[in-house]
Amino acid sequence: MKAYTYYPGCSIKGTGKGYEESLLAVFNEFEMPLIELEDWNCCGATNFMNIDEITAFTLSARNLVLAKKEERDLSVPCSACFLNLKKAGDYIEKYPEIGQKVKHALHAGGLDYNGSPEIRHPLLIILEDIGEKGIKAKIKKSLRGLKAVPYYGCQIVRPYNEGFDTRYPDFFDEFLSYLGADVVDYPYKTRCCGGSLTGTLEEVGLRLNYLLLDEARKQGGDCIVTLCPLCHFNLECYQDKINKKYHSSLSVPVLYFSQILGIAMGIPASKLGLKRSLVNLKPMLSEA
Amino acid sequence: MEINKTIRYEHELDSDFPSWVSSAPGGEYLWQCIQCGTCSGSCPLSIYMDYTPRRIIAMSRAGFKEDVLKSTTIWLCASCYACTVQCPQEIQLTDLMYLFKQRAIKEGKYPKRFPIPILSKEFFNMVWKRGRTTESFLVAKMFLKTNPLKLFNMTSLGLKLLRYGRMTLGLEAMKNKKELRTILKASKEES
Repeated sequence: MKAYTYYPGCSIKGTGKGYEESLLAVFNEFEMPLIELEDWNCCGATNFMNIDEITAFTLSARNLVLAKKEERDLSVPCSACFLNLKKAGDYIEKYPEIGQKVKHALHAGGLDYNGSPEIRHPLLIILEDIGEKGIKAKIKKSLRGLKAVPYYGCQIVRPYNEGFDTRYPDFFDEFLSYLGADVVDYPYKTRCCGGSLTGTLEEVGLRLNYLLLDEARKQGGDCIVTLCPLCHFNLECYQDKINKKYHSSLSVPVLYFSQILGIAMGIPASKLGLKRSLVNLKPMLSEA
Repeated sequence: MEINKTIRYEHELDSDFPSWVSSAPGGEYLWQCIQCGTCSGSCPLSIYMDYTPRRIIAMSRAGFKEDVLKSTTIWLCASCYACTVQCPQEIQLTDLMYLFKQRAIKEGKYPKRFPIPILSKEFFNMVWKRGRTTESFLVAKMFLKTNPLKLFNMTSLGLKLLRYGRMTLGLEAMKNKKELRTILKASKEES
């Protein structure tokens, strides 16, 4: 089967370890190897662009040069990395003055920019290259009865949206329905989690995530499923602080799409990073 | 009656500012803005901002350079692109917010000890040196430079992450740091 180059990004090597573990496990099960991009560098997140535009695009573009040589599609599981890599390739083409400067900088390091490889989020790879039938064929344990809340986040659906709606997409809803889950129609599905605001302006960041969690609970969700390590971190790891601040008693399991897929595929929990959850998953797992 | 409002007179405005904004990538359609407010309505952070995104556009066009660059608005933008994809005039507002942040940092026009520009600078330095970031070190550095007491506030979460193997005590790094640094340095030269 087809192999993909894999750009992990910094978060997935740290707080998002469970994402990487489950991602590798499910791709392995589909016999589609993810081959990590040799000596990749940080995409710059939102911070590099705050300092300098050309430097930010150059930073991302180095990864594009390395990945292009591999002649495979590039699988990018983090929404911020996905956007930055896509945007760098797009702006290098769209704005000749940016392209020229970035190419000049890469050249100084002996690298030649020859266009971007195809950049794809792993969920979309699974949906497009395996498809509904292929996914369903691998399901060993239907998630019937589990009320799953799909949280898309922002940067994966905007502005490089591959033809789906930027405000109310449904590919993730559909994916969860293939696993047998009861999919919650979640009104905040693409409302931003605030990114790094939880760390920088805590009050604002906590409020944004409180609203997301509280709405998921009101909709009867048993868990929130995410596509991005930063959304995941914000929703999962700040629940204690949120409960203290808003006198709430939220305890909402937050899983990566690859974890919930792995559960449905019957992959053992130890290979899916489920033990790394800060929220108790037991009540949710007994629902599934 | 005391008038409690900041008034700007024409001579205080920067007449070069609007053309600088409209000549930047993403600002091409600045003059097409119809002030409909879709950007402010779609922004999950506009309620915390001192000026909503719509007002920032109006102020940019009028030359309110200082007020735009010193606003909290530009730092509260979390780059979710809701405004950008919904603007009927195709103004790339997220790009403009980045443009303002870059200029505010270059000109030192941001509130002292304000954590976001400080985080950005620390992030930049870490990647410049190591090619990758380590979240825990980054957050610690930011708090040390802004509000060291806040570090204590984070210890319980930090310890939990450590226990669940989600935080490393070492610093992440790529291999070919020299190549990256050469490239990044060259990106700062005029080609």
